[in-house]
Parts: sequence; structure tokens; C-alpha cells
Amino acid sequence: MKHIKTINKSNLKKTAAHGGCGECQTSCQSACKTSCTVANQKCEKRR
Amino acid sequence: MVHCFEQGGIRLALDVASGAVHALDPIAYRLCAMLTPPLTENCPDNLAAQFTPQEADAVREAYAELYSLYQEGLLFSEEELLPEALIKPADSPVKALCLHVSHDCNLRCRYCFAQTGDFGTVRSLMDADTAKKAIDFVIERSGQRRNIEIDFFGGEPLMAMDTVRAAVEYAREQEKIHGKQFRFTITTNGVLLDDDTIDYLNREMSNVVLSLDGRRSVNDDMRKTVAGGGSYDVVLPKMQKLVRQRDPEKDYYVRGTYTAKNLDFVEDVLSLYRAGFEQISVEPVSAPDGCGYEIKESDLPRIREEYHKLAQTMIEIRQKGEWFNFFHFNVDLEQGPCVIKRLRGCGAGCEYVAVTPEGDIYPCHQFVGEKDYYMGNVKDGSFSREQAREFAGVNVYTRPACRDCWAKFYCSGGCSAANFHAHGRIDQSYEIGCELEKMRLECALYLAAHDSLKNE
Repeated sequence: MKHIKTINKSNLKKTAAHGGCGECQTSCQSACKTSCTVANQKCEKRR
Repeated sequence: MVHCFEQGGIRLALDVASGAVHALDPIAYRLCAMLTPPLTENCPDNLAAQFTPQEADAVREAYAELYSLYQEGLLFSEEELLPEALIKPADSPVKALCLHVSHDCNLRCRYCFAQTGDFGTVRSLMDADTAKKAIDFVIERSGQRRNIEIDFFGGEPLMAMDTVRAAVEYAREQEKIHGKQFRFTITTNGVLLDDDTIDYLNREMSNVVLSLDGRRSVNDDMRKTVAGGGSYDVVLPKMQKLVRQRDPEKDYYVRGTYTAKNLDFVEDVLSLYRAGFEQISVEPVSAPDGCGYEIKESDLPRIREEYHKLAQTMIEIRQKGEWFNFFHFNVDLEQGPCVIKRLRGCGAGCEYVAVTPEGDIYPCHQFVGEKDYYMGNVKDGSFSREQAREFAGVNVYTRPACRDCWAKFYCSGGCSAANFHAHGRIDQSYEIGCELEKMRLECALYLAAHDSLKNE
């Protein structure tokens, strides 16, 4: 493409099919303890 | 829904439902910001008319590219509502504990949300028996979940190291019996770190969070010793030693807090970096209105500038071949959590709870001491499923401010405790927290895009 560069083609919607196992880290245990960011967690299945 | 923004000369479009991110040239960016779905195959005349005749060819090309991404489901894609059972899990397993082994502290930090360690109650330490009961509780409540997390928290958890050691030893025994895997983390102020404790934490803890605010003057203004002096020189060498000796494969964060008194917090991040730390988190204070150092709405433009400055500074440092990581600018665009996790959020009050030294259970560490949110006690096994269901039922679709927010799949509805402290209810978003989150996410996406584009 000339005018657009796609940085990533992830498709969140597809993750619904295999997601929800609940094995990933609880976000607040990672570093913050006072704020919430979930998207910087890792998927446990893809570690 | 598409969120368009420009930072550092890069124009980005985030497709909210798919999570796809695109960098656009000026014509495509202007065009994209004008579009609303459903898109037609050819650029509508009324939009094309807003460009100059000299731009007509470029507009046609750019529109064709935007339309192609739309057809691929990577731009203006529709959100698919998931079944309620997935979003609102009934009787969710409990799989993470914030274990308050100490409601006492050897510092007297002015901004402490735990009211200098005792959470407004009495100073106390958890005994080994209560810690073991908490381990039994989480194993029993974890159902099919294999991974269980225990964060040793306080107050200051190193004041109860005997309990920490007993809990780890017991959990290691029990995990074999029950087919579980425990991961331990600890959040400490570092005062009691000695060689033996450093060895132990570096061996047993998958993540160590070290509380230090940055510059000596900033740290010592808030993080006071019991005698009222500064704590910086007491803890810095100990933290440096722990990090030097730590397996690079294991996580750690040096975690500071910024307040309205140090909105130039990039200097604190850089101070931590220059002190030898590469994993850095500096976060806004949780503080009541009127305390004098709380973050106000009027501070937001200044904070936005500061986050942008931090992102730019990180790029410059990386260009010199050096590196550090800023926790809130982490975003994993390819391998992040699934959409179900993103909808549900942090899990407080259902899959994650806090346990006090007396064994009392609260939805998370920031609810400890709130009598209306008492959930039970690990010693008698009581646990309010009704309370847990209330928390499990809150997600980005039930929080009114989240439904139409572009950041909902990244912050996942924010922090129930922050909402409660701001509005007295867990489903009404804390607006300042939302604005800060969106600033940080834009910076995170910008850094990811910058990295990606420089490699081309």
C-alpha cells in the first residue's frame, strides 16, 4: 500500500474462540497495584 | 469504531474491535477521520470535495486502501457481542491472592493508601497458620485453574519474612498434591533487604516490585522513615544489589509514584534508569481530593506533555543503543490477552482477592478495611458468592462510560477501587484515571508503531 502501512493485523475477535481459559496473570499483580492495564499482559497459551 | 491520533509525526488509526493498527499518510489520515461505516466502494463525493483538485488522485488511492482494509475486517470492523456466560462468569474460580502478610510498615510514606501500613485498623502481622489457610482457600476455590498467583503485600511484607517463607514452602508442597502451579511475587519498600533475603526473593519470586519514586528529593519528600528522614539512601543500594544479582529471565519492576508535586516525572524515570534499573514503572498517586498532592483534572494537559516527552526520550535512548522499559507503555499487539480477558478486566473480587493478616477477605488490596466489601475469612472458609458475582458482573459493557470508549479493550474497564473511591460505586468510571490510561495507550501504540516503521 502506498498511503497506509499496517503495523499489525491482529484480530481480537478471533481470540474469543480459544480464549477465556483464565490461566493468565492477574493484571494488578504485575507491577501497578493502583491502576489497570490489561493489554500489556501475556496470553498464557502463547508464552 | 476507529481511533485516529497523531504523535511524534506518526498518524495512527486503531481499529477498536479487531485491534489492528495502521500508520497513515496525511491524506489517508484526513480521509479516515471523516469516514463512518458502512463504507462504500467509491469515495463519497461530499468527502472528496473537501480536498483540492491536486489531491484528487491521492484521495482516490488512499480511499481504495482504506476500503480494502475495511473489507478485510481491519478497519471500521464491527464488534461482536459475546455470550453473556463468557463475559459474566458465574461462580468464577479464585486464582490470585494479594496476601497481606503485614499490616505494619517501617516507612511512613505520606501518600500511602494503606494509611502508613495498617489500613486504618491495627498494626499486625499474619501468622504462618493463617497464610496456610489462605493457600488452602485458594487451592480449593481455584477449580480447574492450574496457575495460582500469590503476591506478598502489606504494609511491608519483609517484616513478616517467616510467614512468607512458611507460605511458600507450604504452597510448594500443596501444588504437587493438587496439580497446581504457584507463582509468587512481592511488593517491598526494600528497607529490610539483606543478602539472605535478596537470595531468597531472587530464587522464589517470579516478580519483585521495588517501591522507589525516582529522584532523591522527590522520594524523600513522600517516602519517610519512621523517624521522619528520607528513605532513598537507605534502600537504593539494597535494591541495586537485588537487581544486579537477579536472573535476567525473571521479572522485576522499580515502581514509583508521581503526584501533583512532581509532574515532571520523566526526571524520576530517568533518575531510576541512571541508578541502574531497566524495568521501570512510575504511576499516578491514588489520593483523596484536598490532600494537596492529588492529580486534578487541571493537571491532565501537563501530564500528557510529560508522557509524550517520556516516549520521545525512550526513542532517543534506544537510538543510542541503550534501553529501558516503562511498564505503562507496554502493549503486546500480537500476543496480548484474549478478548474475553479484556472484557472482564482485572478480576478483583472474583478471581483475585486480598487477604488481611487476620484472614479477612476483601475484593482487592484497595478495598481492605471497607466494611461493606468484607467477603469472608479464610480461617472459617466463608466467602460471599454474592459479592463475587457483583464484581464478576462488571465489565466494559456494563460500565456506561466504557461501552463507547476506544480504549476499552486495553484498560478493560479500569480499576473498581478507583471508581469506588471517586464515586462510591464500582461501575462508574474514575474519569481522571480514564484520561491517563488513554494518554499512556496512545504513547504505547506510538512506540510500537515507531519500532515497526523504523525496521522497514
